[in-house]
Amino acid sequence: MLLKVDDVRKTYARTRPVLNGVSLALDTGQTLALTGESGSGKSTLLNLVGALDGFEGGEITLDGTKLSGLGDAGRAVLRRDTVSLVFQQFNLIPSLTVAGNLSFHARLAGRDDPAWTATLTQRLGLADLLERYPENLSGGQQQRVAIGRAMAMRPRLLLADEPTGNLDETASAVVLDLMLSLVAETGAALLLVTHSQDIAARLDRQARLVGGRIA
Amino acid sequence: MTGPVLQALLSHWRTHRLQVVTLLVGIALATGLWSAVQAINAEARASYARASQQLGLGQFEELRARSGFIALSRYVDLRRAGWQVAAVLDGRLYVGNRAVRVLGVDMLAYPALPALTETAPDQAPQDPAQMLTAPGRLVVAPALARLLQDRDDLPPRIPSDAIPADVILTDIGVAEVLLDRQGQISRLIVLPQQPIGRPPLDKIAPELVRHSPDRQVDTARLADSFHLNLSAFGLLAFAVGLFIVHGTVGLAFAQRRGMIRTLRAMGVPMRRLVWITLAELTAFALAGGLIGLVLGYLIAGALLPDVAVTLRGLYGAPVEGHLTLRPLWALTGIGMALAGTLGASGHALWRLSRMPLLSGPGLRAWGGNARARSMAAAAGVILILGGIASFAGTKGLIAGFGLLAAILTGAALLLPLVLSWVLSALSRRARHPVTQWVWADMQAQLPGLSLALMALLLALAANIGVGTMVSSFRLTFTGWLDQRLTSELYVTPTSQDQGAQMMEWLGPRADAVLPIRSTELPHRTGPLFLYGIVDDATYRNKWPLIASGPDVWDRVHAGRAVLINEQLARRADLWPGDSLTLSGDHDLPIAGVYSDYGNPTGQAIVSMQRLDQIAPGTPTRRIGVRIDPAQAANLSRDLQDRFELPPGAVVHLSTMKAQSLAIFDQTFVVTSALNVLTLGVAGFAILTSLLTLWTQRLPQVAPLWGLGLTRSHIAGLEVLRSVLLATLTAALALPLGLVLAWLLLNVINVRAFGWSIPMTVFPADWLRLLVLTVLAAGAAAAIPAWRLRRLPPADLLRVFASER
Ligand SMILES: Nc1ncnc2c1ncn2[C@@H]1O[C@H](COP(=O)(O)OP(=O)(O)O)[C@@H](O)[C@H]1O
Ligand SMILES: [Mg+2]
Repeated sequence: MLLKVDDVRKTYARTRPVLNGVSLALDTGQTLALTGESGSGKSTLLNLVGALDGFEGGEITLDGTKLSGLGDAGRAVLRRDTVSLVFQQFNLIPSLTVAGNLSFHARLAGRDDPAWTATLTQRLGLADLLERYPENLSGGQQQRVAIGRAMAMRPRLLLADEPTGNLDETASAVVLDLMLSLVAETGAALLLVTHSQDIAARLDRQARLVGGRIA
Repeated sequence: MTGPVLQALLSHWRTHRLQVVTLLVGIALATGLWSAVQAINAEARASYARASQQLGLGQFEELRARSGFIALSRYVDLRRAGWQVAAVLDGRLYVGNRAVRVLGVDMLAYPALPALTETAPDQAPQDPAQMLTAPGRLVVAPALARLLQDRDDLPPRIPSDAIPADVILTDIGVAEVLLDRQGQISRLIVLPQQPIGRPPLDKIAPELVRHSPDRQVDTARLADSFHLNLSAFGLLAFAVGLFIVHGTVGLAFAQRRGMIRTLRAMGVPMRRLVWITLAELTAFALAGGLIGLVLGYLIAGALLPDVAVTLRGLYGAPVEGHLTLRPLWALTGIGMALAGTLGASGHALWRLSRMPLLSGPGLRAWGGNARARSMAAAAGVILILGGIASFAGTKGLIAGFGLLAAILTGAALLLPLVLSWVLSALSRRARHPVTQWVWADMQAQLPGLSLALMALLLALAANIGVGTMVSSFRLTFTGWLDQRLTSELYVTPTSQDQGAQMMEWLGPRADAVLPIRSTELPHRTGPLFLYGIVDDATYRNKWPLIASGPDVWDRVHAGRAVLINEQLARRADLWPGDSLTLSGDHDLPIAGVYSDYGNPTGQAIVSMQRLDQIAPGTPTRRIGVRIDPAQAANLSRDLQDRFELPPGAVVHLSTMKAQSLAIFDQTFVVTSALNVLTLGVAGFAILTSLLTLWTQRLPQVAPLWGLGLTRSHIAGLEVLRSVLLATLTAALALPLGLVLAWLLLNVINVRAFGWSIPMTVFPADWLRLLVLTVLAAGAAAAIPAWRLRRLPPADLLRVFASER
């Protein structure tokens, strides 16, 4: 199993638990949509899986590594080598060009493959934008770059937090199509957070967070 | 309407307390350093004025003799003929190794006397008869009185607060004995009230020349350039402080744009907003200015004793070591704080007033872009060229300082463009993605940091420039001392007779005995000291000649030629081959020019026989004794015992050197203190820039963290970034500093002091400065970096969340 979330609990300072015994599993090549009301803890769970934040109880196993025992450095290695993240916004490095952003993660992970990056550039329609800076791109373009960067390092698991939340309908459709087809081609797993039932329906499985657990 | 608007605008400062602190500190530092220098200058000026007024110097018409002194009989002649004149004998006396001015006046006729003899309040009033009858009295400042405590060989002292610190005032009869100049008068003061029908001067005393009142003390002009130097530093520090103000106000206004737009949308007119903002800035300026005044007063109080010693030791200008609070000084300080704050905020205020009602948040636009960078650089080039052109036109001291200012400011304006070139060149060579990011990010951060970096550039260049000047000067000075201080021992006899006895006594006991006689003569460039020397290999081998004709020493010792010092050569434009006119009828060709650092006045050297012809009766002031250094201490003791000399009458070469160097180092204590303070302000400017950029920093570093860099790694990169930028700036400051040093040594010094100094570079000093800079930049970055390291992941995650 690529990802196993087992009875995970997470509480932010002085609030009631946001996640209160969440369990789920995801294998290579599978796609899972995580839905739920706003504030139900979807992002929180995604961040835990992405080794971005720690948790109090339970265990998350990612590609054979138990996350509960990891410190800052161990989590950073997982983020660098195993998972990729696409967020709703503020995702790209503002001081680097599109080209610099695209290859950045792959090069960090030591997995730079110029041919594959070129293919991605073509597929995502970014060929004309390579020398631009993020601030000069539309939201849809920015998100395509983010997906390109995430896929260029060939992650085992792609995590996406409402990647189309800031986009209009047309751009949303394009971004989603691209993401799904690229994940399918590379054989990565996908955990996607969305509040849209239409989007969720296009993935293999759906899970819904209610009251801090998977309903 | 104003109430709620004010409340809304002021709420910004409540949530941005750091900006309040930064702004106040910036204004306070700028005002403080500026006012400190002004306080020092004002104190010195007041001292000069007090001295010249109380001593009656330069207030009355005077009569002087071409030959240097006036015979007593002439004084009698003039008074008999009805001339209302007062005699003055002016000379120097060594107390230990401190030169004190002895002013002997005709107590009954001297015009400025009543105020002078007012004694210290705790003293009993003086009986005027005591002053006149033997042994007489010496009126001195209380500090000098303490110094003279053990001198039983001198007449009793009367402490008086009205006397400048380094002057002994006494009756002319007493002064004659003290200075061993019986029957001599330095000058006659022409009193304001003169009888009608007195005979003209050329009938009674044709050899006397009338000098119109000259309000300046002789040393004042020289000391002026020292003050100009200080003022330049004060201005530099002021400018560096304003960089902080400019940066903070710019950011605060940018951050308030959203609020201002909302207020305008609710119907508040722009005019009112601008007025309120102006009032707000004024309040800040007043508060910061007040803090700055306190700071300035403290700094000035700490530095003034050193300045006083410098001015006394080097220029003979009388300055006391304590500070008085002047209302005008405080007002000027507040005025500077106001003008500086409003000036530094003008740009931000102007942009605010022109802000369209519907526009983006505009935070990014703050700090400029590539276009602004090029415009600044162009302005910098124009400024530098303008400075060069105007200097080439006038070549004066002021234009020299103008050139310095133009080059410094111009270079600062060029800095962002040059840095951005360097950074893009470096980023093209980088291979690792993180390295590439570091360069790219530095370039992106440049607009926000460039003001602080400019401040750093100025501070570093000033440091290198002034440091190089001082070190070059010191090196030359030390070498010059070795050449110039030719004898192992210097003895000051207490009288003419004793001098003669000493010469005789020393003859068989020393390798060589070199009497030195000197007298003060008038010259068109100011007073001139004429020295008489005897022929000795010591002079031939060691004297620091910088220009000479053929057979220099032979001609001088044969009485056929004269040597002059560099100051006189430059001031009067006299060089080997020209001739020097002394006392009317003595015309001597100049055989050579020697360097004479630290001496403000002109000097000339002739053979002893020649001196006796020019100024007959000049006493031997000092005797140089050449002897095996191992024997010097013994001989000195014997000499002291044999002639019962007061302490300090025999000085060793090493003591003399040490004292000269001490005076020298004292001169630059203030300069180096200001240097360090300016560097500190620049370091603070970097810190505040980094802290203000902090708010925009998270979106830039959070993605890196997301992609697998640890917080400590990113924090380390933050420190590295600051250190790298500071290092790059330091690298650019080095050539700028050297240009500055060259200008100081070859332009400013020649114009201000009359001597030039060969420039020597001290790479070890640069290294120390670089280490200091790196430490300062590292320390400035440490606080934001530490914050970043400790930032909970949840805060970084919030960057990615939509609700941000
Ligand atoms: N850093 C934080 N500190 C405190 N509370 C937080 C933090 N992040 C999220 N929360 C709270 O946790 C709950 C879940 O948030 P989130 O996971 O973002 O929900 P979703 O993504 O489903 O909208 C919300 O109530 C939110 O206010
Ligand atoms: Mg969310």
